[in-house]
Amino acid sequence: MDAMMFVGPFVVMFTIFIVIPVLVAIYLSFTYFNTVEAPVFIGLKNYVNLLTQDNVFMMYVLPNTFKFSLLVGPGGYILSFFLAWLLSQISRKPRSLLTLAIYSPSMTAAVAMAVVWLVVFSGDAAGYLNNFLINLGVINDPIQWTQSPHYLMYIMIAVTLWNSMGVGFLAMLAGILNINQELYEAGSIDGIKNRLQEVWYITIPSMKPQMLFGAVMAVVGTFQAGDIGVQLSGANPTPQYSGQVIINHIQDYGFIRYDMGYASAVSVVLLIIVYGLSKICWRLFSEKD
Amino acid sequence: MSSFHGSKANPTRFHRSQIKYYLFLILLAVFMILPIVFMFSQALKPLNELFLYPPRFLVENPTFKNFYDLMNVTSVTVIPMTRFLFNSIVMTGSVVVLSIVISAMAGFALSKMQFKSKKIIFEANIIALMFVPASVAIPRYLIVNELGLTDNMLGHIIPLLAMPVGLFLIKQFVDQIPNDMIEAASMDGATNFIIFRKVVIPVIMPALATVAILAFQMAWNNTETSEIYMNKETLRTFAFYMTTLTGNLENKVAGQGIAAAAALIMFVPNLIIFVFLQSRVMDTMAHSGLK
Repeated sequence: MDAMMFVGPFVVMFTIFIVIPVLVAIYLSFTYFNTVEAPVFIGLKNYVNLLTQDNVFMMYVLPNTFKFSLLVGPGGYILSFFLAWLLSQISRKPRSLLTLAIYSPSMTAAVAMAVVWLVVFSGDAAGYLNNFLINLGVINDPIQWTQSPHYLMYIMIAVTLWNSMGVGFLAMLAGILNINQELYEAGSIDGIKNRLQEVWYITIPSMKPQMLFGAVMAVVGTFQAGDIGVQLSGANPTPQYSGQVIINHIQDYGFIRYDMGYASAVSVVLLIIVYGLSKICWRLFSEKD
Repeated sequence: MSSFHGSKANPTRFHRSQIKYYLFLILLAVFMILPIVFMFSQALKPLNELFLYPPRFLVENPTFKNFYDLMNVTSVTVIPMTRFLFNSIVMTGSVVVLSIVISAMAGFALSKMQFKSKKIIFEANIIALMFVPASVAIPRYLIVNELGLTDNMLGHIIPLLAMPVGLFLIKQFVDQIPNDMIEAASMDGATNFIIFRKVVIPVIMPALATVAILAFQMAWNNTETSEIYMNKETLRTFAFYMTTLTGNLENKVAGQGIAAAAALIMFVPNLIIFVFLQSRVMDTMAHSGLK
């Protein structure tokens, strides 16, 4: 009974705001629902439409999401491990300082940083990047960076990578610092010759839990971050759908066109993708080899 | 054979061999904080410097004018900026305190108490770690609406209280408290509540500090609840107000200094809290292994 008192509040909140929404989303995805009238059950029609009718989804959203997440997910993950490892190689005081500098972008929401990025990528000749490139003689006329379908995706990727040293990075750094030093000495006796071998045979296996935690957080963070495209270009849909990822597509259908049933179907697809990718990470890093 | 001594993670002092790491890390760190330095500098720039051509990176004649302007932009919104700031502070404060209490209690129970649904709850929580809130924004909206939380201050707070990451980190931390310690206390006649307060809480302080930081960042930077659940302008938060300043900034001239000042106000609290609690965060993260 006591236990119920302790877990109760969490379980109630968890059920209401996480479990039930997921179940409702699954139900709504089989309906037509325009938020005014009651949902009408239409079976698999939303999913069939998504796969066969939704040109925007197939031509832009899906490729964009793949491109974005393949570069940002693994890219950010490898980068955070690499930086965590480098940071572990120096002593404590400077490490704290440098960790702070490298983590600081993640402390603030992309929303707030959009202010800075928009000034940097500003479309006129006074924009920092334009000015810089004009001075170098690389370009003659200013480029409308965030409005241009050619560049928006790359800017999104760069900004997100810059912003990607989050909780997973901190966990990895702590993980590396807590590895028993004797393991390295033992490894050296067993014939480990260089740092690369050391990282591969000792560091990573010894911090598998933190690597797993970091991987799961990276997957979730990647799919969370897609909103930056809308923030940068100031429009949903983004110019010529160049920065449109799954999350924007859900918002587009759900809150702009009010086709909640269809948006829910897209949500369910997103949940399945994230869950599937996390399961793969689980396989890769789980304790049992 | 004896030339290799292992790479010695976490060295105690400086050695020449570390120079290459320093070089790389310092360059990278500078690159990472450039936009943040720029944010500070931009916020302090007077209007004529903001539009200097060619642009200057650093401020030359710093001024607080942008902050005054930010306080006074009532002409556009009718609502003073302080109102949004007040909403944000109330909401963030409540989310941080309540989510810590809720996660700590649940973490303690899941780790040290025996009851039937324990395994299922923890499993569900791990699955929820992989949860992207935006993916179920719509049903969440419907539920919040049903509960009468739209256009209600509580609508900012309650939906954020279940924090899977928070429960997870705390539970992993409580796992390390030896069972003997809990049993000893319970032999001495302590109730679960007293054990929780007197034995568990002091030991898991680092984890609580970490969850506090995460909850703070989540709540303080949150725009979703304002965007979706609030129709009344007066109930929206500062983070949301920021997005109205940045929308179409590309072509807007007058708002740039104000937006930069607002961005700085968004960023600084995150920075201060993290600096103070950094060592505790690292301590918590060391034990964040999934089991």
